[in-house]
Amino acid sequence: MRMKPADRRFHWSFLILFLMVVVIAALAIGQYTLAPSAVLKALLAPAIALPDTSSDAGIVIWNLRLPRIAAGLLVGAALAAAGTAYQGMFRNPLVSPDILGVSAGAGLGASLAILLGLSLPFVQGLAFAGGLIAVGTVYWVSGLVRRHDPILVLVLSGVAVGTLFGAGISLIKVLADPSVQLPSITFWLLGGLNGASREDLMLALPLVLAGLVPMILLRWHVNLLALADEEAAALGVDVHKLRRILIVAATLMTAAAVSIAGIVGWVGLVIPHVARLIAGSEFSRLLPTSILLGAGFLVIADTLARSVASIELPLGILTALVGAPAFIWLLARTGRSG
Amino acid sequence: MSILQTRDLAIGYHGQALGTVINLAIHPGEVVSLLGPNGSGKTTLFRTLLGVLPPVSGQVLAGGRSLQQWPQRKLANLLGYVPQAHTGLFAFTVEDVVLMGRTARLKRFGAPSARDRHIAQAMLERMGAGHLAKRRFTEISGGQRQLALIARALAQEVSLLIMDEPTASLDFGNQLKTLDAIEQLRNEGLSVLISTHQPEHALTISDRIALIRDGELKAIGPAQETVTPASLATLYDVAEHMVAGCFSNAF
Repeated sequence: MRMKPADRRFHWSFLILFLMVVVIAALAIGQYTLAPSAVLKALLAPAIALPDTSSDAGIVIWNLRLPRIAAGLLVGAALAAAGTAYQGMFRNPLVSPDILGVSAGAGLGASLAILLGLSLPFVQGLAFAGGLIAVGTVYWVSGLVRRHDPILVLVLSGVAVGTLFGAGISLIKVLADPSVQLPSITFWLLGGLNGASREDLMLALPLVLAGLVPMILLRWHVNLLALADEEAAALGVDVHKLRRILIVAATLMTAAAVSIAGIVGWVGLVIPHVARLIAGSEFSRLLPTSILLGAGFLVIADTLARSVASIELPLGILTALVGAPAFIWLLARTGRSG
Repeated sequence: MSILQTRDLAIGYHGQALGTVINLAIHPGEVVSLLGPNGSGKTTLFRTLLGVLPPVSGQVLAGGRSLQQWPQRKLANLLGYVPQAHTGLFAFTVEDVVLMGRTARLKRFGAPSARDRHIAQAMLERMGAGHLAKRRFTEISGGQRQLALIARALAQEVSLLIMDEPTASLDFGNQLKTLDAIEQLRNEGLSVLISTHQPEHALTISDRIALIRDGELKAIGPAQETVTPASLATLYDVAEHMVAGCFSNAF
């Protein structure tokens, strides 16, 4: 449904309000619980003076929670945007960075970089290369297999390629130094934001933005990829070029997310669907909705991960708890209507 | 001057030609129907005429230039394609679907403006489907989808519409509405090339009719002269008296 201007204002103000509430709650909740008033006071302090890092609240907020929440917002936004773009460009509601094997590919690249003891820019570079190789292989393989349901073929190709890259990751684990590298690789593969530093964030942010720019510029044209290729071509779209640009953009975002948070599954699959229920399918409305929801969802999940138990839970486990049932529901729903 | 013209065109896939060469020209303001049995190469011909499939040999010319030399965007301002009504995967609104017809008229990184929305709405209304604008494309009927897809091609502001079996899978009423819409478009100066499985539809709306079989153009000419019981019998491999009987029994 197209929204009336008033509805649209409500839609965006609601989403932004949701995100603000989530961020403030995430700043307050944790092992060292703060009152919301203390959070706001510490946040507003820099408006008066420098960030107040002398009080305990100031230290917790500015040095610990805020960088981590910023990382959560960035990773959630990146994965949701990438998932939205993948679903649109492959005309397939069941794909996402993880299902297409991009996360596994990026994970393999990043593990390899950790194994070799490389610095973060190289981890990101190899993650991007791995992700691109994975999605390229999936796209190529699914093109070879014609005469089958294309949605299913793409998903199955993704599973196969993902498994292959997963095997590569296992091999790297075997080769890794069990006392130093292995725990870091393992924990990182489970997905989590506890390792994300301010420096990581500064390196990942430009990559995410670089991926986002083409999506914003092509926000209308992406819609036409939902049509049959020749139909889109007859409407004036260079389908293959557009799809290639979007694959690179979405893979860049996924790799940036993977390189700071490890493999956080399901966000890129489930969030675009929820966004589509709220905003409809038109990409220029869908993308920002998806980004805001993804950012909020990941911060909620991460806040739970660091506060529900006395030990920190890996983020990937929590997103899987939400995502897997949602995926099954989606499968059942797609089967009925298609 | 023809809008679209083929010159010794051989169609097919992977360099394998289907049948012999086709020479065909579509003139401004005429409706040409394409009749032929299943698998005769109608869809392959359409894909070639749209520039989606490269010719095996020969050329398709638009404005005197080979299609292969036309940028995709420019070509979309000349040729419009109306596919068979499909449901689509994502629930776009009808308005958004029609707006997709404006894509080739937008700036390279643009999105539809208020003016584009106005045009989309006007084209929907021209097809008698203005009230559908806010509905979801996936939830309207097949006939309504067909009207919306024609409106989309009109929003493209093209000179030639290529329609793939526009009346297939429509009920009787919607078939008549679609045929009526095609006649209106012709009266407004548009050229239309349609494929159909119903000779009586072709006879109703066409200026000329082309018979195609095994990738070959068997005949092309004025509607009444080209479609006869004898020509249809040969085209579809049936006895002439069966065709004649079918036509004389109608009304």
